[in-house]
Amino acid sequence: MAEKAFDPLLQFEVQTLVPIKLGGFDASFTNSSLFMVLAVASATVFLVGSMSRRALVPGRWQSMAELSYELVANMVRDNVGHEGRQYFPFIFTLFMFIMFANALGLLPFGLVGLHGFTVTSHIIVTFALALVVFIGVTIVGIVKHGFRFFTFFVPKGVPLAMMPLLVPIEVLSYLARPVTLSLRLFANMMAGHTMLAVFGTFVVLLGVAGIAPFLTIVLLMALEVMIAMLQAYVFTILTCLYLNDALHLH
Amino acid sequence: MPQLDPDVFLPQLVWLAITFVVLYVLMVRTALPRIAEVLEARQERITHDLDAAASLKAEADQALAEYEASIAEARANAQGMLAEAAEERARRASERQAALDERLDARLREAEARLAEVKTAALGHIEEVAADVARTATARLIGVEPDDEAVAAALAAAKGDA
Repeated sequence: MAEKAFDPLLQFEVQTLVPIKLGGFDASFTNSSLFMVLAVASATVFLVGSMSRRALVPGRWQSMAELSYELVANMVRDNVGHEGRQYFPFIFTLFMFIMFANALGLLPFGLVGLHGFTVTSHIIVTFALALVVFIGVTIVGIVKHGFRFFTFFVPKGVPLAMMPLLVPIEVLSYLARPVTLSLRLFANMMAGHTMLAVFGTFVVLLGVAGIAPFLTIVLLMALEVMIAMLQAYVFTILTCLYLNDALHLH
Repeated sequence: MPQLDPDVFLPQLVWLAITFVVLYVLMVRTALPRIAEVLEARQERITHDLDAAASLKAEADQALAEYEASIAEARANAQGMLAEAAEERARRASERQAALDERLDARLREAEARLAEVKTAALGHIEEVAADVARTATARLIGVEPDDEAVAAALAAAKGDA
């Protein structure tokens, strides 16, 4: 047990809180589910609560809510253009969900004896999100352009002789999108949290000398907060770029 | 790695779907319209305020132009009134001068007339006195009382000599 207490991967373990079976499928409410619900709740409270006064001159909270809105709105407008407007709610939801899931994972629940959990440190979650984006974007492209969508895989201005080589590469890089998209987020979250746990263990093991890893962990924490925001932004902006490809081809 | 345990895949996927859809609905129904509404209201307010400022400026410009026009008009009026007053004054002065001249002329003429009258009267008396003197002198000198006709003839002769 003492061995396990220092396992930096322990924090990624999914624990069932309420077992639920749906026709043979396991749909149990786990600590992962709990943090998803928390992310949804806090994102909603943040956005709806801060806008409750609807002030013409915004306060701090309202400013942040408006800033998030404008950040994503500008991102969609700059990267997708006017046609991107109808996908804005989805992209905004994606951004908020990932950002709050990332940020909640950084809160020190351990201080009050609870176990923190980062939803986005699970490849299955990030992959599911990336797959939804990938499939959705592909459907948007095919609905808009029909068969012409597949000319996306044919690079322009390239000699015909090169096509047998380039088209498979294009197809492969297209198919790799959900993998890279999900791995980037998952790896960032997992690496950051593992590192925090390792340095945290050092602090405990080294006693007084633990001040050195403690200072490191303070800096790492700042870095992780930035990464939590940045990776949400990266995931969202890549979604925008993929959507732009599907809507406008090349 | 606990992430690769296939047993935890399904519950996470199920709850991911549930929570994501719930968040999507909450965003679309509540959060986004509210933020958009506030941002729009602010934009409208700013546009409205700018419009109001522009119309107020136009109004102020117009008021300034009106003020300048009225100032110019008042100045022109004042100039006219000054000129009129000066003219009036000159006219009255010349009128008074003419009246005075006339009165002085009349009195001068009157005085001259009286002078001529007095002179004539005096001359008339002189003839009578001269006739009396001539009669008396003749009577004393030669003792003959001359008749009136001789005296008059003598006087006329003397007057002609003189």
